[in-house]
Amino acid sequence: MSAARTEVLADSAAAAAAAARGPRLWAELIRHPGVLFGSVVLLVMCAVALLAPLLGTMDPATIDPTHRNQLPGSEWTRTDASGDEVTWVAWMGTDTLGRDLYSRVIHGARVSLIIGVTVAALSIAVGLAIGLAAGYVRWLDALVMRVMDGLMAIPAILLAIALVSLWGGGLLTVIIAIAIPEIPRVVRLVRSIVLSIREEPYVEAAISVGTRVPSILIRHVLPNTIAPLIVQGTYVCASAILLEAILSFLGAGIPPEIPTWGNIMAEGRVLFQVYPHNIFFPGLFLALTVLAVNVLGDGLRDTLDPRMAKRF
Amino acid sequence: MSEPVLRIDRLTIALPKGADRRHAVEEVSLAVEPRQIVCLVGESGSGKSVTAHGIMGLLPKGQLTPVAGSIALQGEDLLRAPESRLRDLRCTAMSMIFQEPMTALNPVMSCGQQIDEVLRTHTDLDPAARRLRILGIMRDVHLQGPEALIDAYPHQLSGGQRQRIMIAMALVLQPALLIADEPTTALDVTTQAQILRLIKELQRERDTGVLFITHDFGVVAEIADRVAVMQTGRIVEAGEAKRVLSAPEHPYTRMLISAVPSMTPRAQRRTDGAPVVLATHGLSKTYHTGGMFGPGRVVEAAKNVELSIRRGETLGIVGESGSGKSTVARCIVRLIAPSAGQILIEGADIAQAPSRRLRNHRRRVQIVFQDPYRSLNPRRRVGQSIVEGPINFGVAKHDAWQRASELMTLVGLDPKALDRYPHQFSGGQRQRICIARALAMQPEVLIADEAVSALDVSVQAQVLDLLDQVRRRFDLAMLFITHDLRVAAQVCDHVAVMFEGEIVEQGSAAEVFGNPRHAYTRALLDAAPGRDWQFGKFRAA
Repeated sequence: MSAARTEVLADSAAAAAAAARGPRLWAELIRHPGVLFGSVVLLVMCAVALLAPLLGTMDPATIDPTHRNQLPGSEWTRTDASGDEVTWVAWMGTDTLGRDLYSRVIHGARVSLIIGVTVAALSIAVGLAIGLAAGYVRWLDALVMRVMDGLMAIPAILLAIALVSLWGGGLLTVIIAIAIPEIPRVVRLVRSIVLSIREEPYVEAAISVGTRVPSILIRHVLPNTIAPLIVQGTYVCASAILLEAILSFLGAGIPPEIPTWGNIMAEGRVLFQVYPHNIFFPGLFLALTVLAVNVLGDGLRDTLDPRMAKRF
Repeated sequence: MSEPVLRIDRLTIALPKGADRRHAVEEVSLAVEPRQIVCLVGESGSGKSVTAHGIMGLLPKGQLTPVAGSIALQGEDLLRAPESRLRDLRCTAMSMIFQEPMTALNPVMSCGQQIDEVLRTHTDLDPAARRLRILGIMRDVHLQGPEALIDAYPHQLSGGQRQRIMIAMALVLQPALLIADEPTTALDVTTQAQILRLIKELQRERDTGVLFITHDFGVVAEIADRVAVMQTGRIVEAGEAKRVLSAPEHPYTRMLISAVPSMTPRAQRRTDGAPVVLATHGLSKTYHTGGMFGPGRVVEAAKNVELSIRRGETLGIVGESGSGKSTVARCIVRLIAPSAGQILIEGADIAQAPSRRLRNHRRRVQIVFQDPYRSLNPRRRVGQSIVEGPINFGVAKHDAWQRASELMTLVGLDPKALDRYPHQFSGGQRQRICIARALAMQPEVLIADEAVSALDVSVQAQVLDLLDQVRRRFDLAMLFITHDLRVAAQVCDHVAVMFEGEIVEQGSAAEVFGNPRHAYTRALLDAAPGRDWQFGKFRAA
């Protein structure tokens, strides 16, 4: 019975929200607890990854056979790179080869963040281009979307394992392997936005004043995709970080000599019941990062698109 | 005089903080008696719907709060009644019908179930008795074949049938008060006429008091016993319908009634000697739907449309929704390609022209759309929207902006406003900007596709005036598409009436309005609300 009323109210609310955009958007973003928590955690994580050598770590590949499987907090003296004797505290213990877990987890953040960000950027760039074309050029639509449907039917992990066994493991292979299954999701999102925007009278007005197709796409259609794509990008980023860990854990991802959270967990798996710290610390970092990215994404969605807020 | 069904006394409803005024409704008093239709008239934002929702207790909690006054339904104070009591009263003592029957009905419940829900909630009848009652009320609202319709879903019905179901739901328990919130605004004129007749008939039979909310003085003339005119939350004038319509006292009422376009066509201009700018021959557009699995459906949106417009002349296309008027417009602008036929712009056929050749055509034909809120890109300054076209065709930036500010003055806006965004303008102002955008291309043909339909009547009159001015000034050929016969009578030299994709009658406005030949044209003219009422032109006091 109240449909008419809610419509009126939604309209005025949307108008008010539109009027309030601009300078107030930043204030709104910073006030949102999800955005605040997510971005602070991610910034800290980025800083940690960038500054890894300065944070009291040692070479994550150094093997110390005399101090294998040390529990977190153990102390002993060792000779550092300059030949001095120093007291070393293994905050997170060591693994079965005597490598310092703290150094490995901190260095592992680099790989995870690089993969998360690159996969998000890559899949959005490619997906955006395909999505714009598919949404605007009618004859292309059916063709492209069937290919995308096909891609979506392939499980991401299987595709990644296949690619890694074809090309050999490595950062680039993993990035491509994770990005490919994400592209169709981005394409679908962009296409659906383009399909609704192209019917807007302002787009038709632009056509009737002789604006060429590329300008219409860039000037009138593209800006409408930015907010949803930022949000989608965070989800892609989170799932890429998780997928990389899964692939490394399965031994199908980054080669084992490079420390990543997945590799560390894979190596710690055998002695998990005796030395759970090998899995606990990388797992904790992984969970925290993914949580931060997801919370940030939810927060961005709420602020950039108020209509979606409080819907799960 | 009998005791009023509804008495509102000095009702004030507060708006949330930060709104453009403090009260949505201020000190509103009115009464509805049994067997009486009271029309609440006003433009958008005047507070008429808020008043109606206030009576039903449907105001959103915490946002709109009645802060003073009282609403009495058959003597019972509704503002102090608890929610449970209001629930009991709804449908039994007071009912409401809404503007959009599609969204007001639940799409996943059959019509019978929706009426049944009212009966189940408020009566102890057994299923068989309820079914009889439902069939009875469906017959009362003149639904043909109620036995079949009782199991139909809303999407299977026409707009008029849906509104009849809404009315059946509202009246099945014989409430003393019916609130109708723009119940015919979304309907075609011929359907509107039927629904108005139905409401009047049922209300007489059942002694119902009706509070009828509308923005259309034609509807008021058709149906009202009493009228209350609202402006920004206040009732500025109230009285007997005949008195208010023929001798309005308040300047706002005078302005509103004067703005209602007359049904008598204006004097025709002589344009016989002028060259034909735009002509279509055998223009058709056919849509094929489905067909991948099983037989497809063929929809002929436009069939053999023959039109021609001379320089300086206005041709109106009138018709109801789905008649194909917009399809014709979109074909001529070449937003869509016609399936067959010719579109001649100064002799050159562009019906099937490839996109390269179309560019030159584009600058000659410009269009103004219906919805002022969606025709401007909300993310771009209005100036950018106006100069976009000229810059596409190689006009230097400086010159384009110079021209844009001249055009802003021409359409009655401040050139400084070029730097603003669309949301900072009202609907009428945006429509002026759209006209400026079209004019920036220096077109020869201007198409107005329901360009004033979304505007309030006073703003509508101003925009119509502006369109007429620019047509004269630039000697434009204008194609004016509208469903509103009053508007067509005021602006058009020639009129083409469309029905199911075909032009059924075409001629000078005086001929078509004065001596309609086709049965559909006659039906259309008969259905125009308030056609017998000559709305006077009053000088603003």
